[in-house]
Amino acid sequence: MFEEVGTTTEGDLIINMGPQHPATHGVLHLVVTLNGETIKNVEPHLGYIHRSIEKMCESLTYRQFIYVTSRMDYLSAHINNHACAMCVEKGLQLEVPPRAQVIRVLMDELTRLASHELWWGAMAMDLGAFTPFFHAFREREVINDIMEETCGARLTMNYMVPGGVMHDLHPNFQQRVKDFLQLYKRKIHEYDELVTGNIIFQNRMKGVGIISPEDVISYGCTGPVARGSGVSSDVRKLYPYEIYDKLEFDEVLEDGCDSFARYMVRIREMQQSVRIIEQLIDNIPDGEFQAKTKAVLKLPKGEFYSKAETARGELGVYIVSEGGTTPYRIKFRSPGFSNLSALNHLVKGGKIGDLIAAMGTLDLVIPDIDR
Amino acid sequence: MTNEELKTTLGELAATAVIDEADANGWLTANIDASNWLSFAQSLRNVPELQFNFLFCLTCVDWKTHLTMVYHLRSTMHKHELVVKAKLDRTNPEIETVAHIWRTAEFHEREVYELFGVQFLNHPDLRLLILPDGWEGKKPLLKDFEDPINMIRL
Repeated sequence: MFEEVGTTTEGDLIINMGPQHPATHGVLHLVVTLNGETIKNVEPHLGYIHRSIEKMCESLTYRQFIYVTSRMDYLSAHINNHACAMCVEKGLQLEVPPRAQVIRVLMDELTRLASHELWWGAMAMDLGAFTPFFHAFREREVINDIMEETCGARLTMNYMVPGGVMHDLHPNFQQRVKDFLQLYKRKIHEYDELVTGNIIFQNRMKGVGIISPEDVISYGCTGPVARGSGVSSDVRKLYPYEIYDKLEFDEVLEDGCDSFARYMVRIREMQQSVRIIEQLIDNIPDGEFQAKTKAVLKLPKGEFYSKAETARGELGVYIVSEGGTTPYRIKFRSPGFSNLSALNHLVKGGKIGDLIAAMGTLDLVIPDIDR
Repeated sequence: MTNEELKTTLGELAATAVIDEADANGWLTANIDASNWLSFAQSLRNVPELQFNFLFCLTCVDWKTHLTMVYHLRSTMHKHELVVKAKLDRTNPEIETVAHIWRTAEFHEREVYELFGVQFLNHPDLRLLILPDGWEGKKPLLKDFEDPINMIRL
């Protein structure tokens, strides 16, 4: 793979970015063809953390396979588990108790906040600003602590199970989330003061990595990448699941089509997540946190597809069942995979420095792409 | 467009397509012959009442006797969805690419090519994407794939 380093017959320089480049956020390998400083082509080489999760799931039961999916998009672990649990519930025609639905949505939104915060810090670091990383992690740690108390884990939570959640909320949960919201509201203006309003930052982001709404749809981009180009794609709004249709929140849309628009979508989305958490934290209904299910789950013969909005976009889970205790075939339509396919289109003709800025706003998580 | 209207329009469009009733997800399934896929895909994308502009999932299922390509399509204007399935021969799976109609298909088809061995005719860049360079032998997601070292059986 590395013999590709060198020059082409037209005098273009070919360089390898990654697999161990800090700006690729994991082991992504890009082969970049450069003419001077101008990018002629970017070709991703994937698979450094390919574990063939889809194959693995074929030999795991409907209870077991959910735990593997925490390791796909590890920053949206809750939402991955959620999408899988919903798919199994669709097959079993299982009704989730109201308390479990609220807990699930609360956890999803906390995850989204934590994920966007990590993205914000890491992206600012890619562009040379180190301080935001600490600010982002300061708040993210609090969310992780809250998660740890209830789920027992900080990253791969495995909290959602078919029928509800694994166990009830920790007694401290409500109070700690409220404390967190207070802290967060005191700190949120720092984000804008540190980065958003910074003129150097804006110059590096505006007009960089442009993608039109038509191309967004053609490349199958979802999540903040699509919404940065004004394409409505929020699964929570378009195909509401759990209690999202009863909640008040806005789908964030920006029409800049550039890196700055995608940046603003995520910043504003964090505020919407806070809004959702505020509506729910005092209104967690009493009752069961898990529906009654059989010890061994068997899905009827057929095909089941569920989708959920992760921090990166639309995650689809497609299960083909033959009536047994394990899926016959399972496919994860991961948002990162489709978003990455637009990378070449985003940066072609731009400068190599813009590649970092544009890639940062795609918010790639490599295990989600490789699976 | 509702499923009934969709069924009528699709019936007029492709007389050979067999349209299944709505599945558990509420989607119609159009079973087509692999040789008709390209023209059918072009009509799905371009007919004004249909406008399936978003290919949100593309995958393949190994049924041991044959392979089935599964395309999940959505129209962002009309808000309707459709599943298209095409049966492929297992020994020599071949189907036309749709990468020029939906560009997301380029990556997804490369993935199916390496994991299932499906040849996508006229694909702009059909190479390995996830598997290591020089991978030879059976395709990992086929049901008869065995890896004595790395595979975990429960």
